[in-house]
Amino acid sequence: MTQDEIEAVLIRELHRIAPDIEIDTVDRDGDLREEFDIDSMDFLNLVAALSKATGAEMPESDYAQMASVNAMLAYLGTAAP
Amino acid sequence: MEAFHMPSLGADMEAGTLVEWLKQPGDAVKRGDVIAVIDTQKGAIEIEVFNDGIVDSQLVDVGTTVPVGTPLAMIRGESEAAGGGEPPPAPEPPVRKAEAAAPPAPPSAAEPARAPEAAAAPGARRSISPAARRLAESRGIDIASLSGTGPGGAIELADVAAALGGAPEAQKRPAEPMSGMRVAIAAAMARSKREIPHYYLWNTIDLTRADAYVAGHNADRPPDERILVAALFVKAVALACGKYPEFSGHFEDGRFRPAETVHVGVAINIRGGGLVAPAIHDTASLTTEALMAAMRDLVARVRAGRFRATELSDPTITVSSLGERGVEALFGVIYPPQVAIVGFGMPAERPWIENGTVAPRRIVTATLAADHRVSDGHRGALFLNEIDRLLQEPEKL
Repeated sequence: MTQDEIEAVLIRELHRIAPDIEIDTVDRDGDLREEFDIDSMDFLNLVAALSKATGAEMPESDYAQMASVNAMLAYLGTAAP
Repeated sequence: MEAFHMPSLGADMEAGTLVEWLKQPGDAVKRGDVIAVIDTQKGAIEIEVFNDGIVDSQLVDVGTTVPVGTPLAMIRGESEAAGGGEPPPAPEPPVRKAEAAAPPAPPSAAEPARAPEAAAAPGARRSISPAARRLAESRGIDIASLSGTGPGGAIELADVAAALGGAPEAQKRPAEPMSGMRVAIAAAMARSKREIPHYYLWNTIDLTRADAYVAGHNADRPPDERILVAALFVKAVALACGKYPEFSGHFEDGRFRPAETVHVGVAINIRGGGLVAPAIHDTASLTTEALMAAMRDLVARVRAGRFRATELSDPTITVSSLGERGVEALFGVIYPPQVAIVGFGMPAERPWIENGTVAPRRIVTATLAADHRVSDGHRGALFLNEIDRLLQEPEKL
């Protein structure tokens, strides 16, 4: 997947979980859960959707590398096959 | 005879449109039967009746949009006589009939003198129809704040319905009207604080074992099969209710009925405001994985506004879990007619002493708000300690 495709998938899934938050209004280096007001269940659902869409395994031990929009994009850039 | 109302099924739901009647006058209905389909901003939702009985009359036509809380149908008990011939000389039927037959007349030439609040002298006792009073009280509306359009300024059902969200623009609104969801929460919580003598307890619980269990379970599994520690909280509460049944059930008509089966209601925050706590049926019988799947399904459906109305009335106890973002503890307000709510704060690292040594541990503050009409602090403490004990053996949950 290209980085643009990964970004499109991330924006789509974030919108599905937090439809009231505009991606353009968030701090892409800020805490993902704070910026989108999502809880542990939402985050798990986000990871599940991203894992399906990108093929990345996204183990729980890597969650710390997915803490912001930019961190998530960088992580998926290397983790997605 | 009881009215069946347009339910509130979402944070932004102020009104619903009746799409289809699935039960007709004369049909017998049982609790849980789908009586009608309504259309909301979130799509079509089947709504269910809460009591056994017989559909007496339909008050709203298909295609009509009405505010949340508007009576949709009258349902009479099986022993009650049909249509208006109620045994006790209750004043409601004629009023209701009149309104059903003649919906709020437009302010036409027929009643030129019927200006709102014209006849309501300051300080005078407000005249209000019994049906309107009942609706206002059930929805937590202050009667003094209503203006009546009935004869002599009397408050009628339509006036209360208008105050619930369908107020014509011509009327002045001094403040933002509450959403249907906020009205529903306000009514339930006001009733809770009015009727239920709450007592509160809290306990700090070491999560080391529960965290290790969750991490071990999730390590080799794809995201879809991972669990959250919240599922262990819910399961522990359900199991503890088996040992302490006075915390699971309903207090109605002056007595407590312990539940035969524990249905834990899981509080779910709704984006944009409000929350609901629908039931996970027979929680104690589910494996941790199945419980987690049920919680994910519930959250997904709540987010999409697609849960059944009865899921809101079935819980026998509620669990509210703040998750990873929040504060250390929450003290819940019991959702009537339930008799207890267990809260879990945000897990946090704190110094912990075990065997004389201080060590950092992730702990969670578990709270219990329970109904003093049913239990007391001694049993409450045992109940909370049982939840702690269960969370120290997560593999057995």
